[in-house]
Amino acid sequence: MIFEYAPAPESRSVVHLRETYDLFIDGEFTPALSGEHLTSLNPADEETLARVSVAGEADVDRAVVAARRAQENVWGRMSGAERGKYLFRIARIIQERSRELAVLESMDNGKPIKETRDVDLPLVAAHFFYHAGWADKLAHAGFGPDPRPLGVAAQIIPWNFPLLMLAWKVAPALATGNTVVLKPAETTPLTALVFAEICQEADLPPGVVNILTGAGETGRALVDHPGTDKVAFTGSTEVGRGIARAVAGTDKRLTLELGGKGANIVYDDAALDQAVEGVVSGIFFNQGHVCCAGSRLLLQESIAEEFLPRLKERVAKLRLGDPLDKNTDIGAINSAAQLERIRELTDTADEEGVERWSPECALPESGYWFAPTVLTGVGQAHRVAREEIFGPVLSVLTFRTPEEAVTKANNTPYGLSAGVWTEKGSRMLWTAERLRAGVIWSNTFNKFDPTSPFGGYKESGYGREGGRHGLEAYLG
Amino acid sequence: MPHTATVPEAITDHALRAYLHGLPGVDEVGARARAQDLATRSIKTTAKAAAIDLAISMVDLTTLEGADTPGKVRSLCVKAALPDPADRTVPKVGAVCVYPDMVAVAVEALRGTGIGVASVATAFPAGRAPMEVKLADTRRAVADGAAEIDMVIDRGAFLAGRYLKVYEEIAAVKEACGDAHLKVILETGELVTYDNVRRASHLAMRAGADFIKTSTGKVSPAATLPVTLIMLEAVRDHHAATGRRIGVKPAGGIRTTKDAIRNLVLVNETAGPEWLTPDLFRIGASSLLNDLLMQRTRLSTGTYPGPDHYTQD
Repeated sequence: MIFEYAPAPESRSVVHLRETYDLFIDGEFTPALSGEHLTSLNPADEETLARVSVAGEADVDRAVVAARRAQENVWGRMSGAERGKYLFRIARIIQERSRELAVLESMDNGKPIKETRDVDLPLVAAHFFYHAGWADKLAHAGFGPDPRPLGVAAQIIPWNFPLLMLAWKVAPALATGNTVVLKPAETTPLTALVFAEICQEADLPPGVVNILTGAGETGRALVDHPGTDKVAFTGSTEVGRGIARAVAGTDKRLTLELGGKGANIVYDDAALDQAVEGVVSGIFFNQGHVCCAGSRLLLQESIAEEFLPRLKERVAKLRLGDPLDKNTDIGAINSAAQLERIRELTDTADEEGVERWSPECALPESGYWFAPTVLTGVGQAHRVAREEIFGPVLSVLTFRTPEEAVTKANNTPYGLSAGVWTEKGSRMLWTAERLRAGVIWSNTFNKFDPTSPFGGYKESGYGREGGRHGLEAYLG
Repeated sequence: MPHTATVPEAITDHALRAYLHGLPGVDEVGARARAQDLATRSIKTTAKAAAIDLAISMVDLTTLEGADTPGKVRSLCVKAALPDPADRTVPKVGAVCVYPDMVAVAVEALRGTGIGVASVATAFPAGRAPMEVKLADTRRAVADGAAEIDMVIDRGAFLAGRYLKVYEEIAAVKEACGDAHLKVILETGELVTYDNVRRASHLAMRAGADFIKTSTGKVSPAATLPVTLIMLEAVRDHHAATGRRIGVKPAGGIRTTKDAIRNLVLVNETAGPEWLTPDLFRIGASSLLNDLLMQRTRLSTGTYPGPDHYTQD
């Protein structure tokens, strides 16, 4: 019997979209002085969701001034226990509104509701709960008896996990007594604006959180503004380099969480079915729009012949389509520009003679879509093995010895994540010790937790987010 | 492929151990996560209606109590053929499963319905009896008309690493079954680890099982989703290696329509749609059938009938 799953769409009725969104400055929604707008689309059908203000230099200045005032007069002076109460309150409101936020995130980003509901939103709430707990215990965090906040933090976040990246940035900053001016990505501003509503609902003092929407120019103005003490950025290595240059020579502190080309090393003694699962979720989770994605599979040669058919069989079972359908595994690519970049890079694979495979997979007619793709016969020199594709494309390489696996895994300008699949504890530890990556998973992949520090080596950035280590980035 | 290597011709303890311990390991955390992930599939409307009817046709309607009476067994047989007297479109169940001494009663009651009788045998549920007793138990049930035999493996021998003993018992019972189909109960709640579940699955299939079954229903935990997942992977791999499709039967603890549908999703996305037939997938259950009937009525009429609209036995 063919067991067809009937459409099971999550209802959009929990989301109340406004036609136009203003900037959130000093506790109020206020029109941008620039008078400019951008449009946020649903990448699954290219429908317009809302018009969003674009903050110009004058708006950035207003926001930084408000943040400074709030930091010096209210938030920085408040006891940790009081700050914690606000953060707990925000965390609880996020939980209460999690369905609304999950649906909105799916609509604005294109990722499946299954992921926003089961991964993004629970983690967002967890980050606020976790950091709420730190707020009154900073003296015991190992940074001296009286660690001080830095002041005002300028934060710029990407479009792949919009609300989760907001939580990673905002929660530790607020817990440590800093105030923030945050710019969400231009293609995914909407959940950040609902977060601004949540700040109002929680009675957060005005100016503690300011949300400025806009594109690259807004980000540049925010980074260049002399009134901030800290810049935190998550995004591409290219933009990260520009920010590092802009901040160089100033007193500002900087953390960067940039790209990656993560290696998933599968040894011949791995638990095969679970390794297949891990490799699949490692690259196809969130359409591969994950900086720590396991985009390179390093497969021990002796099991390659057995592993690849199993992998392909599993990939063929992925369900691509409407992000709001509860049974969808792969949603839409976030933007036309990103789709173009994925196409361009995978085309180079064709030109360079790499073997390309995708399951039979009908793509919807409107919206931005890319079928899950497995590239085999990839060598270290191929562009698809070196450059971050940031899409549902897995490059498969093989190795013979553990030394070769480690050499290949490390031979990349990046160093964010890696995975090691083996049933042998000694081999797992031997490998992990030698991998130059900020996060190494063993027999699992893409697991996140607010207690665990996250960050990269080399061109994947510097600084850590999450855990006790993440607090350091916001303490003087 | 290491896990599907042919068993060496000489079946010895040593050879079986080498084969079973050469199977790829199962990562428990990963297996649980996969089962949990598939449990979030949302099966609605037409898909749910189709799944409910399929699940009904896969139920091995079971009564395995010391207090069973011929009257109770006859009543169960009536229900098996016509699960909902108010709705003749409901499919009949897969089989009726009883103790060996009730086989004759059930066979008589099911005559003409096309429903087979499954009988537990081999000193169910513990399996603690001499081999000749187990074989006699099996032969008698088959002689009385059982079309399917649900045997239990010797878990003590398996856990002690005496794989040859387990293999030989299964092979001997298979022979005693004649034309009857053999379901081999692994009693996964006593095997404990998923590595053991995988090894026992392959051992049973190599020894001649037509079906591998999770549990007797007398030991907790019985059929959990991760265990069923591991067994479905085993039959998938066995088919890839030998071309032969072996069935899977989770039994014990599957009480609701939601549980049953989650099992069907596991089948669909692990072994594949070829297994979505009562010939290759059964659900051992007693109270599940009424919940399936209730959900079926709910889907077609929009209201829940009370539990008293369905018979207890």
